Amino acid sequence: MSTATAAAPSALRRKPKDDRLLGIAFIIPAGIGLVAFYIWPLIRGIWLSFTEYNLLTPEQFTGLANYQRMVGDSIFWNAVKVTLEYVLINIGFQTVLALIIAVLMQRLTQSTLVRSIVLTPYLVSNVVVAMLWLWILDNTLGISNEIISAITGENVNFFSSALAIPTIAMINVWRHVGYTALLIFAGLQSIPNTVYEAGKMDGASEWTMFWKITVPLLRPILALVLIMTMIGSFQVFDTVSVTTQGGPVNASRVLQYYIYDMAFGRFQFGYASAMAVGLLIVLAAITILQYRMTRAGETDLD
Amino acid sequence: MSTLATTGTGSAASPKTEQRRSGKNSLSVGRVIAWIFMALVMIVTILPFYWVLRTALSSNAGITSDPTSILPVDFNLRGFARVFGMQSTEEALADGGSGASMNFWIYLRNSVIVSTLVTAGQVFFSAMAAYSFARLRWRGRDAVFTLFLAALMVPSIFTLLPNFVLVKQIGLIDNLLGVALPTMFMTPFAVFFLRQFFMNIPRELEEAALLDGASKVRVFFQLILPMASAPISTLAIITYITAWNDYFWPLLVSYTDSSRVLTVAVAVFRSQAPTSGTDWSGLMAATLVAALPMLLLFMAAAKRIVNSIGFTGIK
Repeated sequence: MSTATAAAPSALRRKPKDDRLLGIAFIIPAGIGLVAFYIWPLIRGIWLSFTEYNLLTPEQFTGLANYQRMVGDSIFWNAVKVTLEYVLINIGFQTVLALIIAVLMQRLTQSTLVRSIVLTPYLVSNVVVAMLWLWILDNTLGISNEIISAITGENVNFFSSALAIPTIAMINVWRHVGYTALLIFAGLQSIPNTVYEAGKMDGASEWTMFWKITVPLLRPILALVLIMTMIGSFQVFDTVSVTTQGGPVNASRVLQYYIYDMAFGRFQFGYASAMAVGLLIVLAAITILQYRMTRAGETDLD
Repeated sequence: MSTLATTGTGSAASPKTEQRRSGKNSLSVGRVIAWIFMALVMIVTILPFYWVLRTALSSNAGITSDPTSILPVDFNLRGFARVFGMQSTEEALADGGSGASMNFWIYLRNSVIVSTLVTAGQVFFSAMAAYSFARLRWRGRDAVFTLFLAALMVPSIFTLLPNFVLVKQIGLIDNLLGVALPTMFMTPFAVFFLRQFFMNIPRELEEAALLDGASKVRVFFQLILPMASAPISTLAIITYITAWNDYFWPLLVSYTDSSRVLTVAVAVFRSQAPTSGTDWSGLMAATLVAALPMLLLFMAAAKRIVNSIGFTGIK
């Protein structure tokens, strides 16, 4: 080995400039993607929010007009309200259910089959999931209503204005809960068994250990999972698009659907962009919160 | 030994407080409740898929007359025939169809092309970038890497509108390349995912190859890529599934059959269904046909996908 080093020393010992060309060459394709589809759209999106633009004629700078319109747009505020309602229902059920499933998987069985089954809905598209539930929840022929009316004698219209958002939220819980459970499960695996053994020595019950050991040690992962699902659920679109298209009236017109409608239904790209900026700010705030929370939790792990 | 204590204190309050890795088979009350709950979860997960199959294999008349039958009513494959356009229009209308069919094979082809382009491009280019970030030394590397890190936080809704404008301006609307383009070069996640693995490959191996006179390009292709084949194929599978299931972006850019992918096609098929007397048999056949490729892929690679998920979230 030493002879080989001696044979060709100059070519091998790395000098700083050694990798420079290659290093840059290797990130060029990814760099093009980054600039063209992340950085440039970000700048352009913000610019478009200050303009009036319909795709056909050049954009017209209108200053804060779009933002002023946004403040006075009751449909926009309704969309905010409906989206928040969706996010709360979706996250509440999803997190609690996923935590229970994850702990059960940890305690009962490490079987990959069980984990795969729970994950299955996540593997098919939102469109497929929406179609499937549209049929199961159908007002006249759906199996769930057949069962409900057999018991209560009445039909439930799951896509009525009062129930549309809870229904869509639960459909998406069904699709995502397995994925979330597996994330939490991975977090559970990282908690050392010795902590539990020590707890047991001190005579702590399983219930106490769950609250005093599992939950605190899981906090960073729970925070991460919570924020990830929150960012995801603020952008709900596919399920709404397939099931209710925002209806009845505006009952399920979530923010992302309203943005889509404004841009591609009415070609008001400027206004749509302004609303997207609004959503971006909310999501950025949540992301910052995520870092605070995960950092705050990190100390618990050691 | 611990069974008694568990049943006594914990299980009444909650089944999930069961003894951690307790003896082989301590059948406490809590454990039974826990298993019942797990079984329920699995049934709720699986049963809807069966119901889709059962409906797809029934006739629309049969669904109406016997909506609760566990088995397909009036077993037939006409729903599938309708989806594939193998039924004459009169037959389809008689069966409750809208007369519209899906050009399934075209959409399947489109989905395969788009997902393959996205996967091949994204995984390969991301691997190159990840190698550069993990193993090559160049000035400004950390700053550029921070930019990639920041891109991870840009939500997709925000880039979709400007990306649409961009793709329209370069004339790739209603084109398969336009559908694939935004995710074809990289995603920040893919770069991070692979960088993590590349950093863990022992440096001695790389140095030994360099001593033998291999170039860094050769090291990348003949050492790093083969050594990381497990994480690379995991990433490829995840990317393929994500690309296949994507709906919003393809919906924006594809207008005709020439670029329409399966997810969009299914949604269009649904919107064409008559509002009164929906063709549920046909719709469920379409749903199943759209879900099947990914379900098959999942069956083949379930273990790999399931085990990769911890990494996705935690790292």
